[in-house]
Amino acid sequence: MQPILEPWPWYVTGPLIALIMYILIYFGKTFGMSSNLSTFCAIAGAGKKVEFFRFNWRDKKWSLVTVLGAVIGGFIAHFLLSNPTNIEINPETMKSLNEYGFANAGKTLLPSEIYGWNAVFSIKGILILTIGGLLVGFGTRYAGGCTSGHAITGLSSLQMPSLISVIGFFIGGLIMVHIIFPLIF
Amino acid sequence: MKYLRFLIVGVVFGIVLVKSEAVSWYRIYEMFRFESFHMYGIIASAVLTGIILLQLSRKIKLKNTEGTLMRVPKKEKGFIRHIVGGTIFGLGWALAGACPGPMYILVGTGVFSIFIVIIAAIGGTYLYGILRDKLPH
Repeated sequence: MQPILEPWPWYVTGPLIALIMYILIYFGKTFGMSSNLSTFCAIAGAGKKVEFFRFNWRDKKWSLVTVLGAVIGGFIAHFLLSNPTNIEINPETMKSLNEYGFANAGKTLLPSEIYGWNAVFSIKGILILTIGGLLVGFGTRYAGGCTSGHAITGLSSLQMPSLISVIGFFIGGLIMVHIIFPLIF
Repeated sequence: MKYLRFLIVGVVFGIVLVKSEAVSWYRIYEMFRFESFHMYGIIASAVLTGIILLQLSRKIKLKNTEGTLMRVPKKEKGFIRHIVGGTIFGLGWALAGACPGPMYILVGTGVFSIFIVIIAAIGGTYLYGILRDKLPH
């Protein structure tokens, strides 16, 4: 049981993620988590005003069920299959976070400096979460996919648009971590 | 009942991503600082496995459960949309430390402040829908 409770190594989880993508394609569907964000817009009635959301969201029910499963899986893994639950990040990474004033780096899944309620109810905290979410939602639809759709599915099927998108993901991520983080933390 | 298989796939996906720690803000931060091989290992081994599985299925002309040949949807063509959209996505990915899959999974781990990110991401998607015709693709 202990190896299951410990974090799983990349060479186990990477191939498993590919298998999940493959099974969805075998079921005649595809692996793309960000499409659900469009589906939520369609459910909320965005199709009445914006043509982009004018599709029958009921065709995407299977994907919403996958999302529901993912939430349940997150619960099972975190509360029943994880002991310990801390993240063993590189000491160098930890040091840089300490300099930013992050206490207890890696002790939890997410930093309380961003996701804790004290942070959420500060102007800076709410801005970080809101802007972060907006950028993800906007960028993923503009690029036509996210990590699952482009980085995993697109690269696995050797598609050029996905390679360009993944390069974009890294340009954005590097700018954020190396240029913007020193300004905001 | 016909949705049960998708529920199971989702559960496995949630478990794998939590156990891989790919849902952790710290792992994303560490990746963009090039201080660990962990995330690169996950992505590289996933893509390598994916390529092998898809190529093999094509070779043996494997059919999906709908009875047609296994098919991966073609991504839309274009350069600007992918490089600019990708960069915008990357900025948000590093800031929030979560991409769309992990966003949902984190709800299950009991981090309810992630709902703010999810709602904002839905808002961002809506914004794209409004601006789509005005953006270069």
